[in-house]
Amino acid sequence: MTDTEPAPELAADDPLVHAEAPRDGGIGAFVLDVLRSLLGPMLAIVTALVVGALIIVFTDPSTLELWGSFFSDPVGALDGSWHLVHRSYRALFDTSLGSKRAIARTLVQATPLILVGLSVALAFRAGLFNIGGAGQLIVGAMTAAWVGITFDLPTVVHLPLALVAGTLGGAAVGGLIGFLKARTGAHEVILSIMLNFVALRLLDYALTRDTFRRPGRTDPISPEMPSSVRLPVPIDDFRVHLGFPLALLVAWGVWWLLQRSTIGFRMRAVGANPHAARYAGMGVAATTVLSMAMAGGLAGLGGTSILLGSTPRLTGGFFASVGFDAIALALLGRATPSGVVGAGILFGALQAGATGMQVQTSTPIDIIFVIQALIILFVAAPAIIRTIWRVKETRLGAGQRFSAGWGAQ
Amino acid sequence: MTVAAPTPAGPAPQPAPDVVEETGERRHALIVSGLCFLAGAGAIVLFGLNSSFDQTSTLLLNPRGSTALPELELPTKVASFALGFGAVALGVRALRVRNPRITVFFGSALGLFALTLVIWAARDGTGALYGLVAGSLQRATPIALGALAGVLCERAGVVNIAIEGMMLAAAFGAAITASASGSLWVGLICGLGVGALFGAVHAVVSIRYEVDQIVGGTFINIFALGLTSYLTARVLVEYPDLNQPGTFRPLAVPLLSDIPFVGPLLFNQNVFGYLMFALVFFLAWALFNTRWGLRVRSVGEHPRAADTVGINVRAVRYRNVMLGGVAAGLGGAWFTLSSAGRFDENMTNGKGFIALAAMIFGRWHPVGAFVAALIFGFSEQLNDYLALLDTPIPSQFLLMAPYVVTIVVVAGLVGRPRVPAASGKPYSRGD
Repeated sequence: MTDTEPAPELAADDPLVHAEAPRDGGIGAFVLDVLRSLLGPMLAIVTALVVGALIIVFTDPSTLELWGSFFSDPVGALDGSWHLVHRSYRALFDTSLGSKRAIARTLVQATPLILVGLSVALAFRAGLFNIGGAGQLIVGAMTAAWVGITFDLPTVVHLPLALVAGTLGGAAVGGLIGFLKARTGAHEVILSIMLNFVALRLLDYALTRDTFRRPGRTDPISPEMPSSVRLPVPIDDFRVHLGFPLALLVAWGVWWLLQRSTIGFRMRAVGANPHAARYAGMGVAATTVLSMAMAGGLAGLGGTSILLGSTPRLTGGFFASVGFDAIALALLGRATPSGVVGAGILFGALQAGATGMQVQTSTPIDIIFVIQALIILFVAAPAIIRTIWRVKETRLGAGQRFSAGWGAQ
Repeated sequence: MTVAAPTPAGPAPQPAPDVVEETGERRHALIVSGLCFLAGAGAIVLFGLNSSFDQTSTLLLNPRGSTALPELELPTKVASFALGFGAVALGVRALRVRNPRITVFFGSALGLFALTLVIWAARDGTGALYGLVAGSLQRATPIALGALAGVLCERAGVVNIAIEGMMLAAAFGAAITASASGSLWVGLICGLGVGALFGAVHAVVSIRYEVDQIVGGTFINIFALGLTSYLTARVLVEYPDLNQPGTFRPLAVPLLSDIPFVGPLLFNQNVFGYLMFALVFFLAWALFNTRWGLRVRSVGEHPRAADTVGINVRAVRYRNVMLGGVAAGLGGAWFTLSSAGRFDENMTNGKGFIALAAMIFGRWHPVGAFVAALIFGFSEQLNDYLALLDTPIPSQFLLMAPYVVTIVVVAGLVGRPRVPAASGKPYSRGD
């Protein structure tokens, strides 16, 4: 399972991990601490990949034939299965991390995942479940596209303007969810799910209007974003656009906000115990609105980074699935900015590699969604991992509770 | 405001709970009647004023090939005004009503508005009213079944946002087994089985492992979408024979199906339609009139109290979540065995989430959920109706309507829905 290793290493190399480490204790204690905190997610990833491998083996017609003659030729069946899995995962690895070009592709894929993942993580920390990343990133991308298409400005002004517009678009949707929750007590999950569909239909509608349509065409695809709003690629032979460093910067910003600022303290306090926070004199309602608006802004920026980076035109259903991937990687990253960066790069690698895997081995791309779903399950239910791997409870920590049910308002 | 009690200056004293209740209901009544007025005014301004006295709307009341009923001819302008004033009258009436049934007024006013739209769109033309109603019922079937799955789970205190994934998996399972066995009934039963299996997974994850139920539901949704898409690309594309289940034919009930309008609508459906109606009314009765129903509701409202009187909380929850899976499985099988006759990637396409909305809109009640499903099915079918009549209303806004209406409902604008109190909270005796 060589391809499972890079992500934890990347996360360990991340300066943010160091920043969050406990101050007391030597470097050895710190490394041990990092390794311990990575054990659970790593086992979750490995288990998910093993289950994914089993699914690949037992749905491949030619390998199934080998298994049909298992009793006459057991070695052949095992050998064939091993080769199939090895080829698939090898292709996955090669096309995601195997070369400079592949790594660039991975980082480009990781950019929106990190940003939307930060959105989900930030909301988690404030005690909110942001399942509305899809809607927020679509509205963000729409506002950014509008700015991109409508105005004709030099890059220095146009690009930042589009980024801000995209962020504000997402923030408006997130803020609306936060406002309705704070004002009426409606559950943010229901509101988010409903607004996701509203946003999807809004996009469908926008793509029928002349503003968002290519001149003379009626198919629902927007014109390409002009070069003045596109995220530039600073290094010529390493095609990663500026969105990736921007995402890292934003991750640092979110960490600073949560750990070092008053607002962040208030958000974490409300997330940990709203009653205690209210008793301490904090404005729970205002904090809820602000948290959801910021989460929405991050998701909007994520959508904008797709539009101005890798896929410069709006289409129906514009990357809505990123909103759900983001939940998986926020869980995997335990709702910390550094964890989200690591998990985002891992998921970016999975998604970048999946295309290559499909081309090289005809293993359908959708297997990575199965793997991602299993990662969610195993991270959220450490007890399952404990049962499978016989790890002691103390070394993995208990499962996290992220949301209250509808009833607990 | 003479109604509100005068508040003295300085920090407001805590009003007594019944006063809060009172002003809350008053506010809801005001909002509901405001919305009714809006619907009425909308109908009058948009449709009544935009038509003339010499225009008539012709509505067809028969299914294709039948002449049981004559065509209905209505003067467009008069009908629009009448229905608009009807909605306004509802608004006046809503001001005087003080009970949670006030949602009915909101629903009726919306219905009158929709009916006006249907009549207005058919001015100087012919609108297939029967087709609109029958199509709405068709589209409502999977939504209602999914919503019943939600009711079964949430009444027992388990949040189920995994209806979508359960339906998708069941649709796939039903298609592949029906094709392989050559029998639609085998496919239907396997579809129910797949639904039950995913229900069991949800139950184990959320009850035994006490995973956050929304995270568990998200897992099932992504897993089901990934697995069915993977298997479609891997298996169904290579063996297209495994994706030809065919569809159930309608079964006419003798005599009853000869009643004009209602007969072909209700008594000439296929097995899914009959099962849905049976399930809606059975659950509405069983949840509120049987020992089983009382136990389920007590587990959903106050599991500790239920445990104290000797009800096995976890067993009730396991059973109900699996039953919910069966209901979702039936809804999923509808896609392949009643509607499309084949499985396509992501063919449920968000219907499971509409079902969730319908459950909430229907206030966790089987009949309410069914009515909500009908409204949502209608808003989808209205698209086709309006497209045929060439009406310049963007279809996207009609498709958006169920979601917006649900937001209005959960935001408590038309009376806060009563959520099962323990929904989403795992129960363990050690707590």
